[in-house]
Amino acid sequence: MSGATRSPLSIVVHLSVLLLVALWTLPTAGLLISSLRDKDQLAVSGWWTALSTSTQNLVQRAASPESQVEKDGKFVIFGNLLEGQKGSVSAFGYSSREPAAFAPGQTAKLNDGEQLTVRADGSYEIVSDTRMEGTRGQRIFFTAAVPPRFTLDNYREVLSAEGIAASFVNSLTVAIPSTIIPILVAAFCAYALAWMRFPGRAILIAVVVGLLVVPLQMSLIPLLKLYNGVGAFLGVPAKTYVGIWLAHMGFGLPLAIYLLRNYMAGLPREIMESARVDGASDFDIFVKIVLPLSFPALASFAIFQFLWTWNDLLVAIVFLGTGQEQLVLTGRLVNLLGSRGGNWEILTASAFITIIVPLIVFFALQRYLVRGLLAGSVKGG
Amino acid sequence: MTGLVLKDIRKSFGAVDVIHGIDLDIKQGEFIVFVGPSGCGKSTLLRMIAGLEEITGGDLLIDGERVNDVPPSQRGIAMVFQSYALYPHMTVYENMAFGMRIARESRQEIDRRVRAAAETLQLTKYLDRLPKALSGGQRQRVAIGRAICRNPKVFLFDEPLSNLDAALRVATRIEIARLAERMADTTMIYVTHDQVEAMTLADRIVVLSAGHIEQVGAPLELYEHPDNLFVARFLGSPAMNVIPASVTATGATTTVELKGGATATLAIATAPGEAGKSASFGVRPEDLRITTDGDFLFEGTVSIVEALGEVTLLYIEGLVEGEPIIAKIPGIQPVARGESVRFTAERSKLHLFDDSGKSYRAR
Amino acid sequence: MPQLLFAIVTMMAGVLACAFYFLASNWLLDRIFPSQGLSGPKASRNLRISSAIRPWLFMLPALLALAVYLVYPVFESVRLSLHDRSGRDFVGLSNFFWMFGDGEFRQSIFNNCLWLLVVPAVSTFLGLVIAALTDRIWWGNIAKTLIFTPMAISFVGAAVIWKFVYDYRAEGSEQIGILNALVTYFGGAPEAWITLPFWNNFFLMVILIWIQTGFAMVILSAALRGIPEETLEAAVIDGASGLQIFFKIMVPQIRGTIAVVWTNITILVLKVFDIVLAMTNGQWQTQVLANLMFDWMFRGGGDFGRGAAIAVVIMVLVVPIMIWNIRNATRETGGH
Ligand SMILES: Nc1ncnc2c1ncn2[C@@H]1O[C@H](COP(=O)(O)OP(=O)(O)O)[C@@H](O)[C@H]1O
Ligand SMILES: [Mg+2]
Repeated sequence: MSGATRSPLSIVVHLSVLLLVALWTLPTAGLLISSLRDKDQLAVSGWWTALSTSTQNLVQRAASPESQVEKDGKFVIFGNLLEGQKGSVSAFGYSSREPAAFAPGQTAKLNDGEQLTVRADGSYEIVSDTRMEGTRGQRIFFTAAVPPRFTLDNYREVLSAEGIAASFVNSLTVAIPSTIIPILVAAFCAYALAWMRFPGRAILIAVVVGLLVVPLQMSLIPLLKLYNGVGAFLGVPAKTYVGIWLAHMGFGLPLAIYLLRNYMAGLPREIMESARVDGASDFDIFVKIVLPLSFPALASFAIFQFLWTWNDLLVAIVFLGTGQEQLVLTGRLVNLLGSRGGNWEILTASAFITIIVPLIVFFALQRYLVRGLLAGSVKGG
Repeated sequence: MTGLVLKDIRKSFGAVDVIHGIDLDIKQGEFIVFVGPSGCGKSTLLRMIAGLEEITGGDLLIDGERVNDVPPSQRGIAMVFQSYALYPHMTVYENMAFGMRIARESRQEIDRRVRAAAETLQLTKYLDRLPKALSGGQRQRVAIGRAICRNPKVFLFDEPLSNLDAALRVATRIEIARLAERMADTTMIYVTHDQVEAMTLADRIVVLSAGHIEQVGAPLELYEHPDNLFVARFLGSPAMNVIPASVTATGATTTVELKGGATATLAIATAPGEAGKSASFGVRPEDLRITTDGDFLFEGTVSIVEALGEVTLLYIEGLVEGEPIIAKIPGIQPVARGESVRFTAERSKLHLFDDSGKSYRAR
Repeated sequence: MPQLLFAIVTMMAGVLACAFYFLASNWLLDRIFPSQGLSGPKASRNLRISSAIRPWLFMLPALLALAVYLVYPVFESVRLSLHDRSGRDFVGLSNFFWMFGDGEFRQSIFNNCLWLLVVPAVSTFLGLVIAALTDRIWWGNIAKTLIFTPMAISFVGAAVIWKFVYDYRAEGSEQIGILNALVTYFGGAPEAWITLPFWNNFFLMVILIWIQTGFAMVILSAALRGIPEETLEAAVIDGASGLQIFFKIMVPQIRGTIAVVWTNITILVLKVFDIVLAMTNGQWQTQVLANLMFDWMFRGGGDFGRGAAIAVVIMVLVVPIMIWNIRNATRETGGH
């Protein structure tokens, strides 16, 4: 291999993979970086410039005349426009018509005879022969090169003000039970389909494979009607967490059964027979042998189901509703796209909060996910 | 009296008949080996005895009681599988204790029996290990230990050695022989396609072919007096030489003319009506001797010499079309390719089968 | 937090209830038809009966859920599609007649066809290429993980990510969307990409391709690695070039897997709804069936007849793949 590394063809391979990887990672990276930027910077420059200094036209009031001091018979106000931050002033002015009339170090004559000097480091001085009046400071316009600023403010804002925190809890509330509840149900069914003999087994397996691809859209309207009916009958709301858990369970079962059945059917037959000779019943065999041995498949399914329920939008808005109280993260994000479409600091931070949990799950348990993918797609001939 | 009786046992998978009526009496403490070529139904028969496969027809009696419909765990059997079938997520101890735990034996009893079995099989050191941390031979011993712990009346083995390498196979075979000796009251039924295992382990061998019994008997009896051509050629390696022949003289001894012109006289009595019938003449390679006498059985040209040191195999062409006659001569022989050699054999070691393959001795 | 606590408690209750059901039904069955300790014909009769019933006990909860959540809705949807908006009055095929006369529906069908043509093909092709390329470099696994990662991201999250990529600022001001920044860097004029009729469909498809290529890559990579090494070595000895080996030796051997990947993505495309909802909500001629169906479910208080009719159309599109899958699966399990 090492000999081939230097051939031109292999350089092409490296470069093209690098390009593809860039295409696949940069969009997410852009989102993450942007969500951490100062919101003023985020709105005016691309995230790829986040590490370089940005030139901004700013305005700042000088300290109020009350802070003037007398020095050598003159009255002086001084301070710093950049307020201790790093950066440099490249031009300044005192009117909005000419915000960059003077270069740093020059002295501008204000209308009332006061003299304004701004230096490159942002320090300024207003000098007057007479005591200055008033309580409001002079407005100073300046152009400054500001170094990059990163902050968690965006996250603070969306978590406190935009309802993201509540939606986060809602998403967890939907996803965790929807992941756990189907596992046992599916596992028993899968065991029966894999290892028990009964008439109609082949047909049932075919039905499960068929249901694997039934579009969710088919189920929405009938189930919505059903839920409304049941809700009215029992005198409870139609849109509840229990309802959505059961819905997610129903929609997830075909994959769960298919995945687990395939895995269980691959376990060695002699182990089951040995257990049977040892006196184990079907129930014993399932609980004591098959279930522990199927852990990898169970884990695969659980990851799938968690990602699917966490990332789902459709089932959540149909069966849980779109009220402020019930919105899950995906639904909240869609709402924000509508109402705060231009506020990228809010969108990026919210989006990142939405995708961080699945990303963690993904990176931690990727191995099981891949295994599940390989087992879960119907094999072709 | 823990005997095992098979009465006209039959098995079909759907429309395919696999076992065509097996009758067999097995005495308590006997070591029975089922041999036969792959696919002849050995495993199916054993699994029917175990209760893992439903019996399509006939009766299976253990201890005089019909057990066709009794679940495996209540038949008093234990089984050792080809792939060991250890529970991968349980330690050696748990593997051996599993059956007793299902049966809700007391903790002390379980412990006592597991330790006793582990002791016999030198597994005490490994009790806390998972199967994947054991070697093939150790796994096989655990499988045997698990079976011992069940205290079975009948011990079933399905090709237990075929996943082991050659050296381990011999060692484990000897181990099983010892075990059988120690558990003299336990009936053992052992399935293999390996005739060496069959010959060395069995009290009686059952030779199966295509779902029926060819012959039952003690190993040497089958070797010396095969009932038919199938058994004759199945046991012994290299297989018995078979030459088409026709009967020329009958009486207290029988004379046949072999294909290719030679004649042979066998110590077998035949009825006069047999004269002129076509038959198959058989002689084992190890029964052939080189001779320089005029009184030889046949003469042929050596086409291949395989010198193995302890024996020399000579392949002789020209007697039977397409199939060489093989002679297995002890020691190193100064025979060269292309040489013409004369062979002879003791009369009592010659075999003759009629045109349906049945031995004249067994008639 | 109390809500989460409630969820966890209910979840445990649910799991315990399931466990209890399985235990109790199994115990009951052994009680009603005992075989342990008995002998003779009665025991064997009981054994036969209970082993005929037991599988159904094991499967009952799953079968019930499947029936309620997937099987019944299929039939009910077909029924509703023949009824009016409230689902009470039978209207025959008039929902379907309306549908085929509706401009928005025809737009959706057209767009769905575009999606069906482009997304599975591009995802599978890219997945195959990436799988083949990454198998030959030392950092291939890292590259694969990075390309696989979008699988974990929700469609809505991905929509936000890509909306940011496509972000548009008027000409002259600094672009913060990377696509327009690149366009202006190379001297072009910035565009509001997702409002460009027809072409905007492709900008939406990019999102699904971005998500699904990882899936295709993982499966195809495993298939490629399953190809016997000897066939490749034989081809090398026969003097085949790298590309020839790839297209003439490797690809034909994993044809089945390619078909599987293709159909899986096709199914997903038919169901895609979140991306369109989040990016355009069907404006600027980007409507697709799934979003249109969702729209009709709630539009003007909800027209269940028309919504169901659209759902039936989606189902009909899925049926060929369903049959193909079932045939594959039964062939595979036939011997078992
Ligand atoms: N479950 C089954 N279904 C159909 N045919 C089977 C089954 N099990 C075994 N057979 C057939 O029965 C015959 C005997 O098999 P087996 O008992 O396993 O042979 P062996 O002597 O090699 O152990 C074979 O032809 C095999 O194909
Ligand atoms: Mg066998």
